[in-house]
Amino acid sequence: MSMLHIVNKSPFERNALASCLSHASKGDAVLLIEDAVLGAVAGSQVAHLLLSALATQAIYVLSEDLAARGMEPNRLVKGLQVVDYSGFVDLTVQHDKNQSWL
Amino acid sequence: MKYTLMVNEGPYQHQSSDTAYHFAKAALAKGHEIFRVFFYHDGVNNGSRLSVPPKDDRLVQKQWSDLAQQHGIDMVICIAAAQRRGLMDTAEAKRQGLDAHNIAPGFRISGLGQLIEGSIESDRTIVFGD
Repeated sequence: MSMLHIVNKSPFERNALASCLSHASKGDAVLLIEDAVLGAVAGSQVAHLLLSALATQAIYVLSEDLAARGMEPNRLVKGLQVVDYSGFVDLTVQHDKNQSWL
Repeated sequence: MKYTLMVNEGPYQHQSSDTAYHFAKAALAKGHEIFRVFFYHDGVNNGSRLSVPPKDDRLVQKQWSDLAQQHGIDMVICIAAAQRRGLMDTAEAKRQGLDAHNIAPGFRISGLGQLIEGSIESDRTIVFGD
């Protein structure tokens, strides 16, 4: 029993990522898509949130949305895992519940 | 696995319609089933067949229509959201005394119950929106 949390909001614009991370349980997974990928870059204002969450949750970033924003996967917060749409589908299979943080 | 997708935003307005489409394609490619796509709020605008984007841009509505046709996906547009936004099929246009209808192939108009039923019938329900 675990949940996939899907976040699509830029953390510099909305509070969805911080809300999500404060609610996510141990063993849950967080997937950053659309503008949420902007928060994944190493050294960003929200990098510390991601780093502390990584102790209990796996955090994934959608590669297509990184590419669409000109962001390179090798400049992300260490420990984040990059997945494509196929990986996105796999995450929804692995976790029996999911929540979109709209 | 069997999926129901919910799309709450219109084409060319927010990325979520494109995200939902790419997710659906990836899920189908892996052998999963998309049982239903439910279009709600501004998402109903994905079902207009009268959209004409510039030639070098994707035609979001047609992408959905083609996907539904290829894979037998049930694509449902919320009736209350559709009526507010002028999205009509033949029967609804006639019932409302209107002179035109604009629903794209592969879409049908029905109620919120279809979302609930889709969630019950499916292993996973994924929401795409703003």
